Amino acid sequence: MSFDVVLRSIFSAAFLASVLRISTPLILPALGGLITDLSGAINIALEGIMLVSAFTGVIVSAYSGSVGLGVIAGVISGILISYVLGWFHLHMKTDIILAGIAINILATGGTIFLLFVLTGDKGNSQSLASGTVPNIHLPFIQDIPFIGRVISGQHVFVWIAFLLTWLVAVYLYRTPWGSHLRAVGENPDAAETMGINVNRTRMIALLISGFLASFGGLTMSMAYLSFFQREMTAGRGFIALAAVYLGGRKPWGTLAAAILFGFADALSHQLGSLRVPSQLVQTIPYVVTILALVIYNLREQAIKRDRQRKFYEQQQAEMGSGGGL
Amino acid sequence: MPAGGKPPAGYLMEVCVPPIIELKDIYKIYPNGVMANKGVDFSVNAGEIHALVGENGAGKSTLMKIIYGMEKPTEGKVFVEGVERHFNSSRDAIDAGIGMVHQNFMLVPSFTVAENIVLGQEPTKNGLLKKRQAIDETLQISQQYGLRVDPEAIVDTINVGMRQRVEILKALYRGANILILDEPTAVLTPQETQELFSAIRKLVDQGKTVVFITHKLREVKEVSDRVTVMRKGKAIGTLPTEEATRESLARMMVGREVLMRVDKPPSERGRKVMEVQNLSYVDETGRRVLNNVSFNIYAGEILGIAGVEGNGQTELVEILTGLRPATSGDALVNGNPVLNKTPREVRMAKVSHIPEDRLTNGLALEASINENLIVDRYFRSPFRKGTSIDYKTVRDFGAQSIKEYGILTPDGDLPVASLSGGNMQKVIVAREFTSDPELLIAAQPTRGIDVGATEFVREQLVQKRTEGTAVLLVSADLGEVMSLSDRIIAVYEGEITGVFPDAESLGEEELGLYMLGIKKQPAEEMEVLL
Ligand SMILES: Nc1ncnc2c1ncn2[C@@H]1O[C@H](COP(=O)(O)OP(=O)(O)O)[C@@H](O)[C@H]1O
Ligand SMILES: [Mg+2]
Repeated sequence: MSFDVVLRSIFSAAFLASVLRISTPLILPALGGLITDLSGAINIALEGIMLVSAFTGVIVSAYSGSVGLGVIAGVISGILISYVLGWFHLHMKTDIILAGIAINILATGGTIFLLFVLTGDKGNSQSLASGTVPNIHLPFIQDIPFIGRVISGQHVFVWIAFLLTWLVAVYLYRTPWGSHLRAVGENPDAAETMGINVNRTRMIALLISGFLASFGGLTMSMAYLSFFQREMTAGRGFIALAAVYLGGRKPWGTLAAAILFGFADALSHQLGSLRVPSQLVQTIPYVVTILALVIYNLREQAIKRDRQRKFYEQQQAEMGSGGGL
Repeated sequence: MPAGGKPPAGYLMEVCVPPIIELKDIYKIYPNGVMANKGVDFSVNAGEIHALVGENGAGKSTLMKIIYGMEKPTEGKVFVEGVERHFNSSRDAIDAGIGMVHQNFMLVPSFTVAENIVLGQEPTKNGLLKKRQAIDETLQISQQYGLRVDPEAIVDTINVGMRQRVEILKALYRGANILILDEPTAVLTPQETQELFSAIRKLVDQGKTVVFITHKLREVKEVSDRVTVMRKGKAIGTLPTEEATRESLARMMVGREVLMRVDKPPSERGRKVMEVQNLSYVDETGRRVLNNVSFNIYAGEILGIAGVEGNGQTELVEILTGLRPATSGDALVNGNPVLNKTPREVRMAKVSHIPEDRLTNGLALEASINENLIVDRYFRSPFRKGTSIDYKTVRDFGAQSIKEYGILTPDGDLPVASLSGGNMQKVIVAREFTSDPELLIAAQPTRGIDVGATEFVREQLVQKRTEGTAVLLVSADLGEVMSLSDRIIAVYEGEITGVFPDAESLGEEELGLYMLGIKKQPAEEMEVLL
């Protein structure tokens, strides 16, 4: 396949649809990262939570025969793990980064172990008959050329990701709880003296992040693929954290940053069909992540320098024109 | 008492009504073993302005935090309006009508004024914030109590005076009847202090009770009805303000006569150390803060800058120490240019700096005392060993400085944040004095610290100068400038309005005319003296 074929396919509806699909398991945990970061107790265990939820969802849906129960169990497992993290950090006063790392490692090993116990396979759960969430076909819209093919027929988690972004934005900026959460993150003493319970606020933020990240995990194993695979989150929980900062610690910005990373990921899939070493192609999403963060920082600095320069010019002009010293 | 007839308020207070706050035999031992309060009895009458004074570390803030429910007393009882109370959190105290403005502001920087004021008690509808109502309510109580604020301004961008008004409004918004202000004037300019005092009087006129902590005995005399003195965890006594004199209060505070006058040998002026030429500075908003300022400082003299705060002194010091770029002009130390250099380059030119804001520029609060003592020299011998820091040398040096400068701490490895304000300042003084400076720039060196520490810092400044260091002293305390300086420059709106070579013979009123821009020396006359 030649390069221009790839180029053309990038601008196809199918490709854009896949960007949305691939971005979803980044958007959801990124929202969770955002909320905890703003509360002052950042959840770096998103990766582990996603893995555990992806696993739990598949297992429960396979054994119960119900996709709904699988999703519910996956979400509950995610919330439980973030509760454990919160308990260690807020009550036992462990460093949240260390506790988060511990959970990530435990989740990687633990899911593989249980997978082996339950299926006899250390690689994936394809021997189990687990379900997937439904796709949503939009009547009328699906008939619109191009756009219809981008947004119709997506699985429900894509829609949930956008809906939750909006809800998170409302929560953070339009409700008193969001206001308390941001106050706790910025000046916990101020919040405390105004009668806001700092620990409880941070715990709630962690639980919400568990809820959001678990949807990200379920997207991986019950929508994007239809089975669990070892280490299937492949660093998405960390890229999600990068999206939080690239997005300026704002909900819609985080969404946009996550979609950018999703775009890079989708691109690497497209390029996989070229005769380029696949290892190289697979690095694209990660390289884009690093580049994006570097560019973001350079831009921030440039903006600051520019402000400074304008300011001096203005001063020089004033000094020259008529101080009348 | 005759039924129905309204007796005079004072009579009512003394005879019938219990004190609005009464503390009985309060002991407080912190988890680290510090006994901050040792059997304190303290009472506040409704409708009074009650001043609480005492050296740093005397236990004033602790006592107030106990009233405000932030700390629980180890022993003792708290009565509010005659009823015994056991507060579990500030929430309970707030509900009992008590509000407190802390020594360090408790505001959320990225929130607006209104958002800060309603924080924790936001007006809502169907679970959503009613921002408009928060703004309106802020405006309304702001007007009711004459505390001017801009409800929609981001707190990060407003000045200290307004931040303090926001803090007071926060308490009033929660329905506080009793307002505790912990060292509210420490960070204020004289004008802002006056505004605060008139606001306090207005609050009392509207039936509130105010307890305020201060170090400045002048303020006690100016605004309070009664005053309580604390020393080393104990309440030494309470007396009506008319019966107190500054001397008697100072004696109660430190338990000995405080040296208000500084003894200093005559100045032996040496060579020129610093030369500032036509220095000008225009700030971010385009305001001309410094206008063509020129002066020299000589070895062995203290050059004092007298001026009402906000006339360019802060910026001048920041420019001379490398913290702020100048717009134009020159400054030389021993002939080497120091303008627009980094602070380290300026320090390498043998300049020391006691910054005005010790909490942000003077110290790294979470770092240890020892680390703070070597931040300006860790990269040099004897503190550097290869690529790392020789912590043994650091500890020895720390121990020696702690002893020499009387820093009250059990261990130099503790964070600086655990020290009281006066002791924090001693850490800075120790660092800046042991770097063997030829020029020492001291900005507000005694602001907000207790009488004992103030005396110590002043003595040290004079000693350095007598040893031959050139000293630039900037202080809002006119008495300090006048008693320490050998030569004084008056500044007004970023310009030098007068130079006085013989500080001792100068009258306060005379100097005031120059500081307020009413009088100005002719340029030729000044040139000779600068
Ligand atoms: N949270 C705390 N933990 C331990 N010691 C404290 C704490 N707060 C204050 N102290 C100590 O208690 C003493 C009294 O402090 P404080 O009440 O702040 O005095 P003041 O307000 O009069 O300067 C000081 O020695 C101080 O170091
Ligand atoms: Mg205090």
